[in-house]
Amino acid sequence: MNWHSATEFFAMGGYGIYVWSAYAATAGVLALEAGFALRRRRRALAAARERQA
Amino acid sequence: MSTVIRWFWFASPQTFFPLAGTAARWSAAIAALLAAAGLYVGFFVAPTDAQQGEAYRIIFIHVPAAWMSMVIYLAMAFWAALGWVLNARMASMLARALAPSGMVFTLIALWTGAVWGKPAWGTWWVWDARLTSELILLFLYIGYLALTEAIDDPKRADRAGALVAIVGAVNVPVIYFSVKWWNTLHQGASVSLTAAPTMAHAMLLAMLLMTFAFWAYAFAVVFMRARAIVLERECGAAWVRGLSNPAIGLPT
Repeated sequence: MNWHSATEFFAMGGYGIYVWSAYAATAGVLALEAGFALRRRRRALAAARERQA
Repeated sequence: MSTVIRWFWFASPQTFFPLAGTAARWSAAIAALLAAAGLYVGFFVAPTDAQQGEAYRIIFIHVPAAWMSMVIYLAMAFWAALGWVLNARMASMLARALAPSGMVFTLIALWTGAVWGKPAWGTWWVWDARLTSELILLFLYIGYLALTEAIDDPKRADRAGALVAIVGAVNVPVIYFSVKWWNTLHQGASVSLTAAPTMAHAMLLAMLLMTFAFWAYAFAVVFMRARAIVLERECGAAWVRGLSNPAIGLPT
């Protein structure tokens, strides 16, 4: 085990700001991309349904 | 049934559509599991680096994202070329679906590289060969997307995009070998196919788990986007109209 407390974990040996901003940006960008892809599929489906109606 | 016929069977949007839906759901679940395992090993099992302290833990997303940015570009160029040469519409649609994901992974590679560069090198950015060629990759993705979105006729857009994708593919080996060909601030490869990795087992395991998680994520998102593109382009086709038939089932 690398860490003795939650504070130590989040501090990342003084590099917390670098490590966590990298991980947060990655998670944020990936979530955003997945959201856009889902929305595009939903809209395409709605448009296809509308054409058939 | 011969292999050739089976390939063309999969190449039809009508066959691709439901398969891609199932594949996207499974890939998303696998990506979540692999990412959870990778993050656990990366933060709780992998030891502190003797030289870089804890800052090195950025490697678990930086390297997989950089690999993905190159692999997706090559996949995009491959499908774009195939779509152009064989006039296969599903191949062209796949190329179009890959581009945004490739751009996202390039952005992540550059961003995580910058916040790693600051503590490791003392600077966010240098114009060395590795960083510059990766930045060019980002511009290639942006150029491909801008060009294909600007042309209304899908066939002409596919062809113009294919040209950019194929010509730009030259940049991928430049990125990969840049740390060998030039003197760069960027370190050389820690993992390669020809030599034993120069890192602790737990570090390597975390990096590989995150790599496979990113692969699975990319599969999920690309398949989902490809389904949207199929619907957008083929919404007049008879098989799409058949989707609202309760006997076949509505796509979800």
